[in-house]
Amino acid sequence: MEAVYEKYFRGNLPHIWCPGCGNGIVMSAIARALDKLGYPQDDVLFISGIGCSSRMSGYMDLNTVHTAHGRALAFATGAKVCEPRLHVFVLMGDGDAAAIGGNHFIHACRRNIDMTAIVINNSIYGMTGGQFSPLTPTGKKATTAPYGSIDRAFNLVELSRGAGATYVARADVYHAALLTNLIVEAAQHKGFSVVEAVSTCPISFGRYNDMPEPADMMMWLRDNTITVAQAAKLTDEEAADKIIIGKHFETEAVEYGEEMARLLASAKEAE
Amino acid sequence: MSEKMTNSCKGTANVQLMQGNEACAMGAIKAGASFFGGYPITPSTEIAEYIAREFPKLGRYFMQMEDEIASIGAMIGASMVGHKAFTATSGPGFSLMQELIGYAAVAEVPLVIINVMRFGPSTGLPTMPQSGDIMQARWGTHGDHSIIALSPSSVTEAYYMTIDAFNLAEKYRTPVVLLMDEKVGHLREGFDISNDPEPEIFDRVSAHEGKYVPFANTESGVPPFVALGQGERYHFTGLTHNEAGFYTSDAGKVSEFMQRICGKIEDHVDEIAQFELDAMDDAEIVIMAYGAVARSAHETVESLRNAGHKVGLLRLKTIWPFHTDKVRELCAGKKLVAMPEMNMGQLAVMAKAALGDMPFLPINQVDGRLIKPETIEKAILDKLAEMGGDR
Ligand SMILES: Cc1ncc(C[n+]2csc(CCOP(=O)(O)OP(=O)(O)O)c2C)c(N)n1
Ligand code: SF4
Ligand SMILES: [Mg+2]
Repeated sequence: MEAVYEKYFRGNLPHIWCPGCGNGIVMSAIARALDKLGYPQDDVLFISGIGCSSRMSGYMDLNTVHTAHGRALAFATGAKVCEPRLHVFVLMGDGDAAAIGGNHFIHACRRNIDMTAIVINNSIYGMTGGQFSPLTPTGKKATTAPYGSIDRAFNLVELSRGAGATYVARADVYHAALLTNLIVEAAQHKGFSVVEAVSTCPISFGRYNDMPEPADMMMWLRDNTITVAQAAKLTDEEAADKIIIGKHFETEAVEYGEEMARLLASAKEAE
Repeated sequence: MSEKMTNSCKGTANVQLMQGNEACAMGAIKAGASFFGGYPITPSTEIAEYIAREFPKLGRYFMQMEDEIASIGAMIGASMVGHKAFTATSGPGFSLMQELIGYAAVAEVPLVIINVMRFGPSTGLPTMPQSGDIMQARWGTHGDHSIIALSPSSVTEAYYMTIDAFNLAEKYRTPVVLLMDEKVGHLREGFDISNDPEPEIFDRVSAHEGKYVPFANTESGVPPFVALGQGERYHFTGLTHNEAGFYTSDAGKVSEFMQRICGKIEDHVDEIAQFELDAMDDAEIVIMAYGAVARSAHETVESLRNAGHKVGLLRLKTIWPFHTDKVRELCAGKKLVAMPEMNMGQLAVMAKAALGDMPFLPINQVDGRLIKPETIEKAILDKLAEMGGDR
């Protein structure tokens, strides 16, 4: 880890994350994945939104862009279309990707543009102090849902699949090695890939939901995650409250950048 | 550009009938734009359609995005990796872009936004004109910042001013807005640039000495721009940042940063702000106008001159930064300054501030129609009569 740490982090500490926050585990999984992928750092473009999780772009020694709340995929789309040689990773929070950035998210899935979206799902708006997000499970408490959220939650895996993403996986910060491997796979996949990283926010989520200590949240992940293979043996009802981890979906489809290149070539020929 | 709004066509063999929107698209191509991200909206759509047709042939990128927020986001991403990016929109879309216009200002990302202004607020009158976005262009995004905005009065000028907009965006590392009246965007008139000199094209400066400091406090206030992915791994953020690009809340650094990003434009107002003066030398009465209304004002000048009034036209080609000192100087000692605008008096606020207690007559019309020369003439004659009977 020492070598990975030295190589991929800028070392501009202190960071802003609370003790026990899952964001650091996701960041180290990304660094290990980059190490395995072996991309030159100069060729990696790492773009994030706004939120606790999105501060990650400031810490990583890559070409980095900290954008605006919800807009990371829009920035990434313009950059990737213009510079297809860059390996693009987009880091978002659950609110960032599924609420304010939801429109960009489904359209990035639909275009199937070759980049990897990593959504840190801590079930809450961490940065603003614990308001419910579209990924907060119904009934969980938040500062703006003091009696428990009455909203239904998105299932990000199904949302991504339905919108046209061609690789969809989910892991969590208790299973960090799995997370690393899935990020590697997602990056190697040609097309729009989504990795949901279920994470812990003891301060803004656990505190209101009977898991005040970082370890409580880790045990919650340990006890409530099942693999895709295990889930296949359960009825929908049995699996309903479980966090299903692993690769959910992979398919091949026309990738946007390749289509763009084809369009440009044929337009030029027609001239 | 010294191109006058009145000599758009010189009667040579190469004259084409051209629309303002098309001229903008051509200007963008000439300026070297290589990414367009947009969302259809009347009365700007012809620009997107022209670019969708022409860009692929040139190996450049046209994208129709899911909305205007995505459009400007994609433009910023494209510009960060070194492309000249632009869009074309109108009021409702321009409103949606505001948050990221602030981002581009603070992250110092060159962009061009062609805003073909339609009648607002809200959906308003989509095919009718209003110079309603003058203040939105200046202050639409939150927080202090500066901005450059230009307004063409003719089809030929739409072409050259679009090139100017790109040059200014690249030179000052800033978003630039072309505030084009619907009446100019949809105007068709003679267009012939075949005998004109080649316009100058400016590309962002990447040259620097020693280690690259992405937001260096340079003398001009504009740091060199090395595109992302070219070997300098650095960081962009919309947070207030230090010279290296990382967040800072240090009072001294924050204030230095704010001074620099505003000063790099405001301190260069002499270089940026362009005017066209017509019959101003002996003028006692000045009509100050911009955009489509300047065309009516030009006719008013001729008509009033024929009637023996010494009237001149001060046409503002640059809306922002507003050159307060120059306006004051040009209007000093005049009997009356009239300012027709197709809004409730948006730029008149600035004019009034520049003119102090000089006699000032705002002429405002907000009915979805272009202000007619007669309307301006009548308002001026009525005012003169009221002021004490000069004819
Ligand atoms: C346009 C806009 N609206 C609201 C905010 C305030 N805001 C900042 S971060 C955030 C939510 C972050 O939640 P999430 O995306 O889940 O990221 P986390 O902090 O949990 O990692 C909000 C609402 C903002 N910065 N911009
Ligand atoms: S508020 Fe939550 S998500 Fe944000 S840093 Fe603290 S623990 Fe992490
Ligand atoms: Mg969150």
